[in-house]
Amino acid sequence: MSDHEYTPKSKAGKWFNDRLPLLTLANHLTDYPTPKNLNYWWTFGGILTFCLITQIVTGLTLAMHYIAHADMAFESVEHIMRDVNYGWLIRYIHANGASMFFLAVYIHIFRSLFYGSYKSPREIIWIIGIIIYLLMMAAAFMGYVLPWGQMSFWGATVITNLFSAIPLVGEGIVTWLWGGYSVDNPTLTRFFTLHYLIPFLILGLVVLHIWALHVPGNNNPVGIDIKKPSKDTVPFHPYIVIKDGFALLMFMIVFAFFVFYAPNILGHADNYIEANPLVTPAHIVPEWYLLPFYAILRSVPDKLLGVVAMLSAILILAVLPWLDTSKIRSAVFRPLYKQFYWILVADVLILGYMGAMPAEGLYLLIARVATAYYFLHFLVILPVLGLKERTIPLPLSITEPVLGGSPNMAMAKKKESKLE
Amino acid sequence: MSDKKPKRRDFLFTASYAVGAVGAAAVVWPLVDQMNPDASVKALASTEVDVSSLTPGNTITVLWRGKPVFIRRRTQEEIAEARSVKLEDLIHPEKDEDRAKNPEWLVMLGVCTHLGCVPLNDKGDYNGWFCPCHGSHYDTSGRIRKGPAPWNMEIPKYEFVNTNTIKIG
Repeated sequence: MSDHEYTPKSKAGKWFNDRLPLLTLANHLTDYPTPKNLNYWWTFGGILTFCLITQIVTGLTLAMHYIAHADMAFESVEHIMRDVNYGWLIRYIHANGASMFFLAVYIHIFRSLFYGSYKSPREIIWIIGIIIYLLMMAAAFMGYVLPWGQMSFWGATVITNLFSAIPLVGEGIVTWLWGGYSVDNPTLTRFFTLHYLIPFLILGLVVLHIWALHVPGNNNPVGIDIKKPSKDTVPFHPYIVIKDGFALLMFMIVFAFFVFYAPNILGHADNYIEANPLVTPAHIVPEWYLLPFYAILRSVPDKLLGVVAMLSAILILAVLPWLDTSKIRSAVFRPLYKQFYWILVADVLILGYMGAMPAEGLYLLIARVATAYYFLHFLVILPVLGLKERTIPLPLSITEPVLGGSPNMAMAKKKESKLE
Repeated sequence: MSDKKPKRRDFLFTASYAVGAVGAAAVVWPLVDQMNPDASVKALASTEVDVSSLTPGNTITVLWRGKPVFIRRRTQEEIAEARSVKLEDLIHPEKDEDRAKNPEWLVMLGVCTHLGCVPLNDKGDYNGWFCPCHGSHYDTSGRIRKGPAPWNMEIPKYEFVNTNTIKIG
């Protein structure tokens, strides 16, 4: 790291810092040189930290009233909603907080895809991010089971049954996951335990994610390597703190809209019916943030291959830094990639919509085409594009395009001729 | 590397790692196995069901080990339909004679073999069951005919205790 030596001003501070250099860490975090051209798409890291802390705080308080037992879970959630002081508020923040968390993480991931933030030297940051995303999905799924409504129960049944697709040991694994011969009380208690554990694992990974970020420093909209600290950077505090804070306020307005005006719009009415192992709801759908993967699962007519396709769709992201052969990070300088990027965004949105529709007829056909395109994007288009695409020349610094017009060929040429 | 003879110390290291690994595995196993079905879950192994009130063409659903079991008293047409199917037309070939020993009575787990939903009765393209979750069609013998499910619905162990009572498990 590019930190200069730091010495606390006060004698007590120096005494403490010599024994535990927390003040050096605080100084690093405030002075941390940040590219001065970061736009609002870069504020979602801070927003996600807020989401995680919100989920942990509301989750802890909900756990003081919730009872993880198949006979009492549903009633205890209603007890929270009706009897516990502000229970309705805490639960609605927690339930909608999960959706807000995913909304923010999807923007964060797609920002990375647009600006090539996953590329060298930031592969480890990206992979830790994908692990966090996987853990988020596990936590969200198990959390959705806890109210023990119809969608909880049947969602749990369907998702745990995915493991039965594994040849030979699949059935044994499912029985082991359930702790019985169906989703029942043992399943509920262990899901509660894991749902409680995972956020703290995520918290640990977030520390690693930020640590790994602070080694090379932030990527930026231009996507070039910059000297740190230099004219191209500003200190994290107060510049980025204020910008992140403003974006967080805007985000909280959206959050509050859902909590206070449409708290159940993202949920499913069937989850207000207590779990019944004898009746499957007519139409099982996961929460909106898992729909694209659900569409991929259903678009493959074979059970094992469907599960393999769904998992591959997520895990393919982990090897993305090596699938994208282009050395240019930002899509701003990749005219073709920019178009394919927006097609991918549309493709994922279409998959999400198809995941919410019944798997038949035209819906199924569109879902299959969209699934094929999803894999085509990562396995064929990205590797080939990096080799074939004619990219726009990069500016030499962040300051240059601001002072000298737009980053284009003419400008770079002029610069070169001047140097000669 | 290869011409180096293992020393006394190498042997001690290898032996220590091996003992350590066995010890760790012995400690981990109880922590893993505690998640398997416990004694109280296993104890609920069988259920007796009174089927005297069931008329042909009707199905009752009972709970056995937390899962629904369909008991259907089939009509003559349904039996004929199930028995006339050629084995080559089946995804998971099983004779109806093997699935329903007493042709009038079909006793099977009401659990779709795709992802575990409960299929709906008297629905689907084969007049048997239809799973609303991902669109699997089963025939009047509970055999998978169309859709993502890989196998026929499972036939549990059961027996007629007397003419009116079925014991499942």
